[in-house]
Amino acid sequence: MKKDKGWKELPMGGIIDEPGNAREYHTGSWRTYRPIWFAERCIQCFQCWVYCPDNSILAKDEKIIGIDYDHCKGCGICAQECPEKAHAIEMKLEAECILAEE
Amino acid sequence: MARVSLTGNDAAAVALKQCRPDVAAVYPITPQTEMMHKFAEFVADGEVNTELVTVESEHSAMSACVGASAAGARVGTATASCGLALMWEITYVASAMRLPIVMAVMNRALSAPINIHCDHSDSMGARDAGWIHLHCENAQEIYDNIIQGFRIAENPDVLLPVMVCFDGFVLSHTMEVLDTMEDKQVWDFVGEYKPKNTLFDFKRPKTYGPLDLQDYYFEHRRTQWEAHKHIIPVVEKTGKEYSKLTGREYGLFEKLYMDDAEVALIALGSTNGTAHVVTEELRAKGKKVGLVKLRCFRPFPEDLIAETFKNVHTVIVLDRSIAFGTHGGPLALEVRAAMYRKPKQPKVVNYIYGLGGRDINTEQIAEVFERHLDPKYEMPEAGFIGLRE
Repeated sequence: MKKDKGWKELPMGGIIDEPGNAREYHTGSWRTYRPIWFAERCIQCFQCWVYCPDNSILAKDEKIIGIDYDHCKGCGICAQECPEKAHAIEMKLEAECILAEE
Repeated sequence: MARVSLTGNDAAAVALKQCRPDVAAVYPITPQTEMMHKFAEFVADGEVNTELVTVESEHSAMSACVGASAAGARVGTATASCGLALMWEITYVASAMRLPIVMAVMNRALSAPINIHCDHSDSMGARDAGWIHLHCENAQEIYDNIIQGFRIAENPDVLLPVMVCFDGFVLSHTMEVLDTMEDKQVWDFVGEYKPKNTLFDFKRPKTYGPLDLQDYYFEHRRTQWEAHKHIIPVVEKTGKEYSKLTGREYGLFEKLYMDDAEVALIALGSTNGTAHVVTEELRAKGKKVGLVKLRCFRPFPEDLIAETFKNVHTVIVLDRSIAFGTHGGPLALEVRAAMYRKPKQPKVVNYIYGLGGRDINTEQIAEVFERHLDPKYEMPEAGFIGLRE
């Protein structure tokens, strides 16, 4: 856990002067539901990527490759937008996923 | 140098023009309107290269000013009364974001009832917003305070917005004689604004006005508190430089006969002109009266005020604004708090006067002085000058 800064260390006027440092703020810990992506069912339509509000669908070389779980907040929009015939994303309870990992 | 006759509003417009703001976002309200009409003429005639943004409300005006200032522009604007009340939300944003906006406030009463005349309740309503408040006695001071306002606001140790307050109609619409400087003299004094942070820094982009949760808001406010400690020395230093340039003295306040005064009066704005005449008249009769004309209301120079009043037996505070639910007007509360730390406390008595443009004259001020010459005269509650019972 990074130690919180004292008032003397803060930049003037409450500005954020380190561009892009939102990357370090892991909102993934806020999840109640986790989207699970099934690569074999994915038709690469990119609807999930378009609609994700948090830029958390990962793509490389014009292909969906996975989900950024550091930042995904589990809103479920990707699962909603994934075409029914593909059904490549399913929402699972985050707590169950964590238990399964342990 | 030119000796001219201008209304307070026109004097403000000329001063603003000579400071060459990059952006002025503004909405009209009596008694401010003529200042920005005049300024708009200057822009239309090509006398100043300001982006004049005519917005749909004062809230929008201050919001546009904040955006422009964050981008790194020198920004000026003006408002009064309900206009200031409408932009109240954003005045806090401007100061917290450390944006050196200079705003003329033509002090006017707040509604209800609607009143367009002189009253300090508007700027007093914003006294905790973190702006610097400079008050003017006459058109000369309006001109001088706007010019100094930019230097104070943009000083790298300050970087806080400045409100230049002057009495609505009494000063804004009254023509007076004043000395203006050449454009070059003013420009040499204010110089170009060199912003510390700007939205145009593409090498290291910055975010203005982000969200804070419970973990950081308090610390951000504390940094603003610290910045306020730097203002008084900057106001004094800027005043000294300005006096070298013009021969006119500017500090935190002016004192008249305070060395041996037994009763002192303190006021803001044009009433000081009237009080000055009364003070001289009473002194000529041998009465030991004194006057403090306060220029810098925020930050309140409490140590210097307490020092100035420490030997009088009574301080008469005139408030041209009313604050409900407390025992005094805003200025009285400040003076009482300042005296609190001194071992010997004068009586600090408070009179509310002049609300909604009710006039105050020399006889009324003289009567108040005379009443309090007796050190035993007790006045437990705030009094009212010029009120019909």
